[in-house]
Amino acid sequence: MIITLNGKARQCDAPLTVADLIATLQLDADRVAVEHNRIVLLKGDFAAIPLRDGDVLEIVQFVGGG
Amino acid sequence: MDELIIAGRKFKSRLLVGTGKFASNELMALAMEQSGCEIVTVALRRVDIDNPGDAMLKHIDPKKYLLLPNTSGARDAEEAVRLARLARAAGCEPWVKLEVTPDPYYLLPDPIETLKAAEILVKEGFTVLPYINADPVLAKRLQEVGTATVMPLGAPIGTNKGVRTADNIAIIIEQAIVPVVVDAGLGAPSHAALAMEMGADAVLVNTALAVTPNPGKMAAAFKKGVEAGREAFLAGLGEQRQKAEASSPLTGFLRD
Repeated sequence: MIITLNGKARQCDAPLTVADLIATLQLDADRVAVEHNRIVLLKGDFAAIPLRDGDVLEIVQFVGGG
Repeated sequence: MDELIIAGRKFKSRLLVGTGKFASNELMALAMEQSGCEIVTVALRRVDIDNPGDAMLKHIDPKKYLLLPNTSGARDAEEAVRLARLARAAGCEPWVKLEVTPDPYYLLPDPIETLKAAEILVKEGFTVLPYINADPVLAKRLQEVGTATVMPLGAPIGTNKGVRTADNIAIIIEQAIVPVVVDAGLGAPSHAALAMEMGADAVLVNTALAVTPNPGKMAAAFKKGVEAGREAFLAGLGEQRQKAEASSPLTGFLRD
């Protein structure tokens, strides 16, 4: 399946949950926030959300800002 | 104790610090420490998937500082609301510095989109601190929808020009029912002191600390400026006059 991750197309193998994807990317789930098809996810839901072809994901983190 | 109270939460420091543009996370942490601040702003951005980078949050002790995520980068209310929700989901308390700046040249905040976003976020339970132009009418409207502060700009973000909007900020302060935080454009401790002397409840500084070769020293200087201005405000400044009024007695001269 192909998902859009942070604005770029990405090929992934199903089945894959949001938690799986974060682990694959070696990101720290505690330090990111995720929007899945425009819905902001709670951290506790990462493992329960399966990704499907065409899904749009935004993964963000805090950076310095004023 | 002269505490700053925002949304029922008490703070000893009246200096809020932004974490952008520092040459290193170490210098940012030093500036935070030296400033005595208790509230620090942060931004949210897409993770660079190929290069996630050093997590700046490691350098900010959540027990010592309240993280105040901003909605910088938002060009309209919808984007600002998305960012605020993401920040909350990232584990922050539901506090947000609301900024909607569609114009990339002056980064001036869009008043209509800011008000729209504020209404939505207040309803969703956020403590909203909106960054605004120094518009007293807008400040009132925002307070009416339930924002926790208003944050009028002294000058455009990052310009270091000082309190160029002083007359309007004075009106905002006069009419405010929530704390007034002068944000943006403060380039020197004297600028911060002036805002505080005018009766601002707090100031937010970032660029002035980040662009100097000595962020720690500058942060300590701003801390003093803020404290001096606050104390002068509480003491009560003398009225400005057109004509001189002698400080020494006008009798007993060596003449007549």
